[in-house]
Amino acid sequence: MSRATEVMVVGGGPAGLSAAVVAAELGSKVLLIDDNPQVGGQLVKQTHRFFGSSARDAGIRGVTIADALTKQAHALKKQLTILNDTAAVGFYGDGEAGILSHRSFERVAFERAIVCTGAVENALNFENNDLPGIYGAGAVQTLMNVHGIRPGQKILMIGSGNIGLIVSYQLIQAGVEVVGLVEALPTIGGYLVHASKIRRLGVPIYTGHTIKQANGSEHVTGATLVRLGEGFQAIPNTEFEVPCDCICLAVGLSPLIDMFQQAGCKMVFVAELGGLVPLHDVNMRTTNPRIFTAGDASGIEEATTAILGGRIAGARATESLHGSSAKIDEIVRDANRELSSLRSGSMGDRIRWGRERVVKEIGAC
Amino acid sequence: MNLRIEEHPILTFKKGKKVTFTLDGKPLEGYEGEPIAAALHAAGIRTLRHSPQKHRARGFFCAIGRCSSCMMEVDGDVNVMTCITPVRAGMQIRRQKGHGVIEP
Repeated sequence: MSRATEVMVVGGGPAGLSAAVVAAELGSKVLLIDDNPQVGGQLVKQTHRFFGSSARDAGIRGVTIADALTKQAHALKKQLTILNDTAAVGFYGDGEAGILSHRSFERVAFERAIVCTGAVENALNFENNDLPGIYGAGAVQTLMNVHGIRPGQKILMIGSGNIGLIVSYQLIQAGVEVVGLVEALPTIGGYLVHASKIRRLGVPIYTGHTIKQANGSEHVTGATLVRLGEGFQAIPNTEFEVPCDCICLAVGLSPLIDMFQQAGCKMVFVAELGGLVPLHDVNMRTTNPRIFTAGDASGIEEATTAILGGRIAGARATESLHGSSAKIDEIVRDANRELSSLRSGSMGDRIRWGRERVVKEIGAC
Repeated sequence: MNLRIEEHPILTFKKGKKVTFTLDGKPLEGYEGEPIAAALHAAGIRTLRHSPQKHRARGFFCAIGRCSSCMMEVDGDVNVMTCITPVRAGMQIRRQKGHGVIEP
């Protein structure tokens, strides 16, 4: 079997959905591929209210944003085909991809691909880190916010970035005891408004500590923590045990980049964006002119900026096929204005610096 | 210990109908459509398999079908990623041995 489309979007999270909606609204024929039973990406498990911007989604829960984007996509049925439970397997030659669903394989001929594959969670090295009961923060959210199942009764959170802080609060909402939050840095990584919330609920926050080992033989029964000194070296004889039946790892994300590498896109390592990312210009176009990107796959950020990056990619991909229009310029201008407001302030410094570096390097290519 | 969330301040959970499936021949209950690994977790099962070489216990980890930690034998098929495979009535789930054996 084979099919043809103008724009193929890989990944139906906030970036991919937004890219697909904009490209379809502007008249492109769009095929959106997602390997989950429903689109929405990680938004479907995010119960907290987004900070967003005054223009976009401030105070709205992730689950609600996912519903709204999905409705917009379904309303564009004539222009936009969504394939759920379907994985993009790879690119074959120029302008051809393979997709796999329910054990049947199809070829897709496309003019432009917008790769919005998102990210994978980072692991952390410590003894017994493979024991059952140690879960990624995304997995904990899936289990509890999508399927309504608690990961355990007593959980230890590793990482005090916004994900660690928010998921800790969600765990408490779901009736799980958070026995502590561990952070290697001397200060809390995420927003203090999130940290204060869990602190008020009595969760101890161990800054300047790390997990030395997980305890238990068939599953987690506790964790040994240790204090860190100069250069993040463990200080001898400061170990202590925290009993728990679960450990949640919220130690960052890395962009999911296999498809870019396979398509020959030039990559660059930018620590501020989570590691290796595809070089791309302000139009979200990679060094392979057929391939655009948006969302965490283009650099770890968050859902609101992923939506805006997706809108730019969808508009520019369409422009590269059908020519420019006032509408396209308006969409891109509005998205860029919102992005610079979201990335302003000291919390946005690292992201802004990382993004600028990617765009600068592509100019040098 | 009941791990199912009965009341939540923000969310309501739509469950499928209650179904019975087996793990290594022993009957367990879950809700149709939820991932096999989630149903097993709710039933208190933490160990989904043992690693092929060092025989270390392996459980749920990424929940999005990326990490391979949850691979089990489902209705005779080996290496099924149970964190993204929906549970159905009468499914026979087994903890596979090693890399799993594909019957000719």
